[in-house]
Amino acid sequence: MGTLKNAQAGLGGRLPSLMKGIASAVAGATMVLSAAVNAAPATSEVNTTGLAVTDDTVTVGILHSVTGTMAISETGSVQAEKLAIEQINAMGGVLGRQIEYVQEDGASDWPTFAEKSRKLLLQDKVATVFGCWTSASRKAVLPVFEQYNGMLYYPTFYEGLEQSPNVIYTGQEATQQILAGIDWVTKEKGAKTFYLLGSDYIWPRTSNKIARKHIEKLGLKVVGEDYYPLGHTQFNSIINKFKLKKPDVIFASVVGGSNVAFYKQLKAAGIDMTKEKPLVLTISVTEDEILGIGGENIEGAYASMKYFQSLTNDNNQAFVKAFKERWGDDIVIGDVTQAAYLGPWLWKAAVEKAGSFDVDKVREASPGIELTTAPEGYVKVHPNHHLWSKTRIGNAKTDGQYEIVYETDELIEPDPFPEGYQ
Amino acid sequence: MSYAGLRSLLPKNDLINFAVLALILVVVLPLSLDIFRLNLVGKYLTYAFVALGLVLCWGYGGILSLGQGVFFGLGGYAMAMFLKLEASSPENTAIQSTPGIPDFMDWNQLTELPWFWQPFHSLTFTVIAIIVIPSIFAYIIGVAMFKRRVGGVYFAIITQAVAAILTILIIGQQGYTGGVNGITDLRTLFGWDIRTNEAKYVFYFLCVFMLFLCLGVAQFVRKSKLGRLLVAMREMEDRVRFSGYDVANFKIFVFCLGSAFAAIGGAMFTLQVGFMSPTFVGIVPSIEMVIFCAVGGRLSIFGAVYGALVVNWAKTTFSESFPELWLFAMGALFIGVVMAFPNGLAGLYTKYCEPKVNQLIARFTGKSNDTSAELAPQMKTEGGNP
Repeated sequence: MGTLKNAQAGLGGRLPSLMKGIASAVAGATMVLSAAVNAAPATSEVNTTGLAVTDDTVTVGILHSVTGTMAISETGSVQAEKLAIEQINAMGGVLGRQIEYVQEDGASDWPTFAEKSRKLLLQDKVATVFGCWTSASRKAVLPVFEQYNGMLYYPTFYEGLEQSPNVIYTGQEATQQILAGIDWVTKEKGAKTFYLLGSDYIWPRTSNKIARKHIEKLGLKVVGEDYYPLGHTQFNSIINKFKLKKPDVIFASVVGGSNVAFYKQLKAAGIDMTKEKPLVLTISVTEDEILGIGGENIEGAYASMKYFQSLTNDNNQAFVKAFKERWGDDIVIGDVTQAAYLGPWLWKAAVEKAGSFDVDKVREASPGIELTTAPEGYVKVHPNHHLWSKTRIGNAKTDGQYEIVYETDELIEPDPFPEGYQ
Repeated sequence: MSYAGLRSLLPKNDLINFAVLALILVVVLPLSLDIFRLNLVGKYLTYAFVALGLVLCWGYGGILSLGQGVFFGLGGYAMAMFLKLEASSPENTAIQSTPGIPDFMDWNQLTELPWFWQPFHSLTFTVIAIIVIPSIFAYIIGVAMFKRRVGGVYFAIITQAVAAILTILIIGQQGYTGGVNGITDLRTLFGWDIRTNEAKYVFYFLCVFMLFLCLGVAQFVRKSKLGRLLVAMREMEDRVRFSGYDVANFKIFVFCLGSAFAAIGGAMFTLQVGFMSPTFVGIVPSIEMVIFCAVGGRLSIFGAVYGALVVNWAKTTFSESFPELWLFAMGALFIGVVMAFPNGLAGLYTKYCEPKVNQLIARFTGKSNDTSAELAPQMKTEGGNP
């Protein structure tokens, strides 16, 4: 637009003064017009692929389980995504368009996730989807997103070994959570021996594989590795093994309801985690899970995450305040909830950088997107579609919050296919 | 077969039922729905195979199996294993530490394809396995149970246990089975992309065709002497036994048949949905399948199809409109069905619609209505056991 105005002004120079006045008026009008276009570019320009974008709205999808066994974990993500969308709308939306969302229920059932994602992409023509929680649900929708070229913002910390052009991973891949945690526990606590424990599915197994390689690289020892089925509630035999092998660190990636049984039984067996003999380091218990476990049962355990509700930076204080105003005072915010909150903001930034809602352009614009307003501090999208983020260690307190005892100085580079750890 | 034989196998009412169902599935739905919705209908129809098997086992034979998901899963996994092997060609999996094996095996540190995966390179073997493996499994369960005269509630509980065991086995052995994630990311069948719309149309019609094949077999069983024996066994097992029949063998047969139907449904499911996971094997889906059958009417092979369609359609619609409340609506539907019409949709049809249809037929053909007179006693006995 600027060049057009210059051309007209140049043309005006050679015209009589009356004409000059008209020319500058035209130039002025063009400027006004160009300002208006900048505020809300024409729909035909920002949407060339038939997405659900009108002159003043854009439709996105939210796809989480709000019923079934995963509902307890995924509800926080839904709340965070809705909050972010509302805040973005209050600021004027994206490219001058208010965000509307279509929410679908994955019902803790992987095929339902696939069905609903197909519906969101084909019928609702959503510009992007914020959703999924478990790896299984992501694996189920992945072929759908790749086939119909959709975009998914996936919030959960997960096992890595994946890098889809159609997914932005706003949680940590396994190395971002594990390596710094193990480094810290060896350096600060002088740990020498580790016992690896997890629920029996892909994420704990991969995480423990990475943990084991790292521990062995450091010249330390893994004295045991065990897995229990999802939903398992009898941990007495493994607790006896802990007593027998006396590891310095129990590295736990038990998920979901099993956590309640595990920590209660650990306490009942007389293992006082505040004494750190052994020290419990978990990568799977966020503030959300502590609600179920009870703060008094997990007091003293350490968690390695990228976000804790107790972070004191200004971004986070504003986020926690807004979250509680929107969803109630009793609510707690865990790592994944914060990562889910990043989704809409990262998408907004990418859309604005691309100047378009088209998925291909958003994908192209995504690497290098920065968010200085993230509750966790500062994040940046890596070309591999994961986020640069810090690792933090929190110490569980009886009130169900973590006290942050350590954070990495630098952002950690995401590495979904870690060399030497596979 | 003589005309009279055919007539007794396919009375006028059933002929109409076949025609109406064919009209709906082959003409009305494909013309009125876009491919996304039609693909969903195709998915619902795969459950109809299971419900159809349950009509024979439970409705006719009185054998309530709460573990049909096992057979659905075995069929589905067999299909998925074939497709996964094709999707895991060394070129597609070059990024892995061991190229050429399915991705989940690589994640679980397997370095070669397990022996029981090897034969699934062959489609012929896979197609045979889809029917034979679940049937053999059903045969083993059947022999173990029915030969010892275990039946009724005990049988239902044991089938449920089998479903639980198989789920745990699949989830626990994730290096060999894909674990909780299941077998995902299936792409091609002999190089033909199964994710395209064209492929979805093909699979839909294949699914409908297979369903009619199974309906045909079910109709044959129902109308043959075997069908009458099944009803007799359900009503008074001892009397049939005293008449010199080996009750167990009939039960084993119908249980195997139901399992084979379920397995075909599972294979069709994998083709249309593009993956298979342990969520279809466990107790909950198995019970859901019994519900499809109950809603449709457990004495009607057509009711099974409509039941599977209606319940799943309701599930999809409710959950799209009320993501947080839809389960309550489903619950209300089931309670409503069980309280108000225990014979399901088919019961409603025979009670209210069929007499009118018969009248209409009689008026058009100008003959007295012999079919309803012929069918009436049978309906009475069948309907007497809610």
